[in-house]
Amino acid sequence: MSKLNLNTDQITQSKIYARQIADDVMSFIDKHTTVAVERSILRLLGIDGVNEFQVPYVNVVVDHIRNKADLSKGVCHYMSYALKNYELSPTEIAIKVSNDELDLSIYKDIGKNTDLDLIMPYFLNTIEKIEKMTQKRIEEIEKTPKKSTPHKYVIVATGNIYEDIKQAISAAKKGADIIAVIRSTGQSLLDYVPYGATTVGFGGTYATQENFRLMRKALDQVSKEEKRYIRLVNYASGLCMPEIAAMGAIERLDIMLNDSLYGIIFRDINMKRTFIDQYFSRVLSAFAKITINTGEDNYLTTSDAFDHAHTVIASQMINEQFAKLAYMDESLMGLGHAYEISPEIENSFLYELAQAELSRTLFPNAPLKYMPPTKHMTGNIFMGMVQNALFNITAVTSKQDIHLLGMLTEAIHTPFMSDRALALDNAAYIEKAFKNFGDEISYNPDGIINKRAQSVLEQAFHLLKEIKEEGLFRTLEKGTFAGISRHENQGKGLDGVYLKDADYQNPVLDYLLNRLKEEQQ
Amino acid sequence: MTKNFIKPYGDTLNDGKVQLSFTLPIDHSVLGDEAAKKLALDMGLFDPSVVHSEALSEGFSYYVLYGSIKHQVDLNSIKVVEVESDVMTKEEVENYIKAHFDKEIVIVGASTGTDAHTVGIDAIMNMKGYNGNYGLERYKGIKAINLGGQVDNEKLLEEAVKHKADVILISQTVTQKDVHIQNLTSFIELLEAEHLRDQFIVIIGGPRISHSLAKELGFDAGFGPKKYAFDVASFAVTALYNKKMTSH
Repeated sequence: MSKLNLNTDQITQSKIYARQIADDVMSFIDKHTTVAVERSILRLLGIDGVNEFQVPYVNVVVDHIRNKADLSKGVCHYMSYALKNYELSPTEIAIKVSNDELDLSIYKDIGKNTDLDLIMPYFLNTIEKIEKMTQKRIEEIEKTPKKSTPHKYVIVATGNIYEDIKQAISAAKKGADIIAVIRSTGQSLLDYVPYGATTVGFGGTYATQENFRLMRKALDQVSKEEKRYIRLVNYASGLCMPEIAAMGAIERLDIMLNDSLYGIIFRDINMKRTFIDQYFSRVLSAFAKITINTGEDNYLTTSDAFDHAHTVIASQMINEQFAKLAYMDESLMGLGHAYEISPEIENSFLYELAQAELSRTLFPNAPLKYMPPTKHMTGNIFMGMVQNALFNITAVTSKQDIHLLGMLTEAIHTPFMSDRALALDNAAYIEKAFKNFGDEISYNPDGIINKRAQSVLEQAFHLLKEIKEEGLFRTLEKGTFAGISRHENQGKGLDGVYLKDADYQNPVLDYLLNRLKEEQQ
Repeated sequence: MTKNFIKPYGDTLNDGKVQLSFTLPIDHSVLGDEAAKKLALDMGLFDPSVVHSEALSEGFSYYVLYGSIKHQVDLNSIKVVEVESDVMTKEEVENYIKAHFDKEIVIVGASTGTDAHTVGIDAIMNMKGYNGNYGLERYKGIKAINLGGQVDNEKLLEEAVKHKADVILISQTVTQKDVHIQNLTSFIELLEAEHLRDQFIVIIGGPRISHSLAKELGFDAGFGPKKYAFDVASFAVTALYNKKMTSH
């Protein structure tokens, strides 16, 4: 039930445009695969670990096929034949390939393997692990007391997984519901996933399967003590997007940042590469019931939050459709936005509330991800507390779901333990004080909030129409989002994109899609 | 020289009142309060009082203290290093360029190293600028090239050479364990190793950058918070002109 008077025809039509935009990209995605998608498939076959040069076996196998054979047939082509010829597991095959004891290129020129009886059990084994994790999460969330107010999300970013664990436990005990482990900056541009527990990194430490496992274990323990399920977040983004989605599904992460548009714009990752990667990772996340978070909030750190508010709405609509194409349930779509309007603007709070209510209305079932002020945080920590308080009031009043708490020391340093505790106290106070405030108020139909929301919707509607006509690739080239221009044949990772051969097969994707379609019926 | 002593001001001249807060890696307890007070005494605070303390989690506790500092500072003993250029408006900078240069001034900028935050460099360089002050992109006579975030030192230098830059801007926003110092130092080392230090005016900026730090590290200037494109541009064009005159 919305408190805004919006032009509902415009909403419907905007969503149709967004669907057409996503469909257009999807017709490209369907015809292609990438090195990262193929490595993810190998991970789902149970291949893990690194060779003596610290190169992950999944990279070894994919590079072997790229260099000596033809990756456009997909790894399943080679693995399914190898499983038939040798009495070896996929992991053993990978090790032999790494040791130059086995050559997969001998299968390059033979036709499609229709016999998948040997390969499917390996996939099903991993899928069973994922399903157990998914079931466990469902049970834990059922045991957690329900609340109508946003989930409090804080980050840990020490650069050392063991130190991160201490900080995460401390935050959970102080009331945090969601813990995000920040990755080392630069990981998004690595074309492999580092291995093992890590104690280094800048602005965070690496996303590795072992780090996922260590943090999940620690949070499970603190969940038990606190009698509420503490969710864990990491980043299925960058050049290894689908691999990290697979690792997250196996280790029961609960929320994954997952947004190609973010990678294209802010990390200069090639758009073709990352849209293909995103599709496979969203299918995996949809299956594992992992909530995704999108990164529209970042547009506003570069562009002006007041003038470009509509680009956020347009991008959320496109991201929603990309998620739907991956058969993702709306309850898993953590679309992003942020509180970034300059405090110098008169009535800035009203405009922020209008934007938050608009997102809430347009995506009523989505667990919206709401980011705190960052751009206009000055280093005056006392003023920063007030800015965060206004943000918290907006989050609670407009019923956002994933509530990233602002730090008073934003723009000074990565959070101290006490910064995080103060942020949690601030949010908890407002959560309590404003608990039902949103239910009590209505907005003047001719007032500032209603007018602002409708005007942002209208601008988003026109923008989506324009994007539909031009196509998303061309729009990105024009620099519509965040004022940054990207070209479809530039950016990192383009050389990892392959047009699928007529004999290409990805039986695990087909399996997951079938299961998801069944669930939706 | 006469001395000019001052102390922090609470509500009475020379009361020396200061506030501080910190975390101790022990459980919240009376012992913690006393430890906090002892630390404050050692820092030179009279009558420290713990006005608030609480547990953060097992093994960690948080303290807020007030006290009167015994130290004072002689203002006349402090030498301040400030950027020595007259600050001009955007229009004045544009006229200055027109009067003193016969070609466009090329400025290449980036947020370097692991720093992904482009807020600072965007505020100075992008069309829109910050707080109503247009960025360098909008200045007539300046060609501004913003390389964005997480740019390696090597890449920045390569682009600066490629674009025949006159000025290089480096932004460092968020930093962890002083990694920005290391990163900035290595850029100067790189310039020197390539014998290119004299080719560019190199300016750094960010919330934890000061002009004196910049000079100490070997840069031409440093700009901290609350500085806008016109501050940076004023320095850059003046320094470039001075450099041109001395090299002739």
